[in-house]
Amino acid sequence: MSKILKSALLGTALTAATATAVMAEGVELEVTHWWTSGGEAAAVAKFADAWNATGNTWVDGAIAGSGGTARPIIISRIIGGDPMAATQLNHGRQAEELIEAGLLLDLTDVAEAGGWAEIVNPSSLLDACTLDGKIYCVPVNIHSAQWIWLSHAAYESAGLDVPTDWNEFTASAGALQEAGILPLAMGQQGWQQNIAFGAITLAVAGQEAWNGVNIDKNADVARGPEYTAAFEAVAAARDLAAESNVQDWNMATNLVITGQAGAQIMGDWAQGEFSVAEQVEGKDYSCLPGLGLNPVIDTGGDAFYFPVNDDPAITAAQKELAALLISPEVQVSFNLAKGSLPVRGDIDMSTANGCMQKGLEILANGGVLPSGDISFSQDTTLQIEDLQAQFWSSDMSAADAQAAYADIIANAD
Amino acid sequence: MTVPSVPPTLSGKRPSKLFKNWMAKMASLPMILTALVVFVGGTTWTVTYSFTGSRMLPRTNWVGLDQYERLWSSDRWMISITNLGLYGICSLILTLFIGFTLAACLDRKIRFEGVFRSIFLYPFALSFVVTGLAWQWILNPDFGMQSVVRDWGWTAFNFDPLNNPDIVMFGLLIAGIWQGSGLIMCIMLAGLRGIDEDIWKAAKVDGIGTVKTYIMVVIPMMRPVFVTALVLIAAGIIKLYDLVVAQTGGGPGLSSEVPAKYVIELMFRAQNLGQGFAASTMMLCSVVIILIPWAYLEFGGRKRG
Repeated sequence: MSKILKSALLGTALTAATATAVMAEGVELEVTHWWTSGGEAAAVAKFADAWNATGNTWVDGAIAGSGGTARPIIISRIIGGDPMAATQLNHGRQAEELIEAGLLLDLTDVAEAGGWAEIVNPSSLLDACTLDGKIYCVPVNIHSAQWIWLSHAAYESAGLDVPTDWNEFTASAGALQEAGILPLAMGQQGWQQNIAFGAITLAVAGQEAWNGVNIDKNADVARGPEYTAAFEAVAAARDLAAESNVQDWNMATNLVITGQAGAQIMGDWAQGEFSVAEQVEGKDYSCLPGLGLNPVIDTGGDAFYFPVNDDPAITAAQKELAALLISPEVQVSFNLAKGSLPVRGDIDMSTANGCMQKGLEILANGGVLPSGDISFSQDTTLQIEDLQAQFWSSDMSAADAQAAYADIIANAD
Repeated sequence: MTVPSVPPTLSGKRPSKLFKNWMAKMASLPMILTALVVFVGGTTWTVTYSFTGSRMLPRTNWVGLDQYERLWSSDRWMISITNLGLYGICSLILTLFIGFTLAACLDRKIRFEGVFRSIFLYPFALSFVVTGLAWQWILNPDFGMQSVVRDWGWTAFNFDPLNNPDIVMFGLLIAGIWQGSGLIMCIMLAGLRGIDEDIWKAAKVDGIGTVKTYIMVVIPMMRPVFVTALVLIAAGIIKLYDLVVAQTGGGPGLSSEVPAKYVIELMFRAQNLGQGFAASTMMLCSVVIILIPWAYLEFGGRKRG
């Protein structure tokens, strides 16, 4: 009995000691995010390690599920008066109302001290964090969606050369089909179909028309001839993907990895699947940004927001963490683990693989677009995704889809 | 309150009606408050805010019926209610039919009745999420039913409902019925056991066949049991959500969307509270339109009679 009591007492004393030590040394910050897959968890551990190394404590608040699951939880905690110290959100308009309601910490002083305006490349990332001249978030990485992933195995078995752009791909599709290979793998979910739509539009309609719709929200451009061509191209792609009966994006990527499908249009996060399958870029698979026609990429990505807190010690620590997340060493280690592009152009990413190098080169050349998260509200995005889901899973004509799309753009906010 | 709630002529003669059974009333007070504040209050709040342009946070910028106009012109909503109608009608008929048939079979004093009853009721012990996932695997063309039948040698067999927009609702229906008919069977069985043995003897004396006795005599006598079963099934249909999320996620495309999913998606994914509230108000309306006349006939009528 006394032994147990003694050890219990000792335990309490130790806990108390550690607790005071933490109080003295640093601050515990709870950070919520939805990075739970293997590569993502490894990447977020880089943040945690860097933060713990400063003597503070990173309390990991990973929320399983995608952003769609995690975001309502995060937002309801902030609104409900139980804010975490920091949280991941996609930068853009998702947090707009929270900022207007005064629930997020103003980071302008940290940004000025760190000279973010000079180092963040492209600068549109920082604009996405800015509301009324004040900065509310730290961008940490860039993900882009305009990529097509091609399977070398599929083209070899059909006896064809691997295409180098979208036109070559569509030309080769018939031969692939004859060889019993699905030309285009497509997960039957609205957001994936919307990514394919966005990428094809950008390649076919050109950047000017794309800007007119996605930035100026001009419905007349969406009704115009460039978009007619784009919708017809998407309808053709729909036929190429007609036999694709998978739902999740990684299942579709798996079809490309195993050579059952020729290609998939998916964001740069698909690369993680190829790495896990130990495939080599240029030998087992190819990646073409902008579908090989129009090498521009959008600059969506993740950012960290810091909800307002009453405790000045926590507020100080939040600002410290904000500065840390964008520091050069952390940016390199995080983005190499995540497979995403860094938000600053002044760091050495030479160890990145071929696809990332292509992305970095485009960034350096300034071929960047704002992402959908930045230009459209979540509401409009969901409407477009719904339309794409309907279009891809039915025999809706290109003209009908274009008319419906133009209506959404006319009412977009 | 200075005005007494009981007429003065009565006070003194009898204790106030308000305090009759006061212990029971005290005990049910928490539930009464919950019902008033949570259900009635919450409903009123939701309906009120469905007339606003609330986006991520509730706001009082009134927009009149705009949210409802958008709702009824939205393809997603129309697909959702069509799907729910299809699922609802099929599920109602089939669950009642299968539940009653199973119960009638078990009621024929068969051997191992307890074992069969447990087997049939067992799916009900699983949540909709588990049911949905299990059936997603069973219906998967590469590993599930289709591949098993093909391995048996019938290579032309084609059954892939979850990836075919035209029949995906039937894939959901199979899972829903598998999950729900066991409970209905148990309720029906209890009802059948409540039928007096003498009825059966009288029917036998009159020379009426078993099936005919069930249809003409027993089923009409089981009206209250059917009403209970109907309410349970109908409630399950309206709130259909978790099965869809687990089994198809609303896909392929939008082809298995349901109204409850529309509400959740619009409120949290599209961050458009007003639109979500409008949709949930319409769901409430549909329940009210069906339930009120029925409840009036079923309960109000009997009290008077």
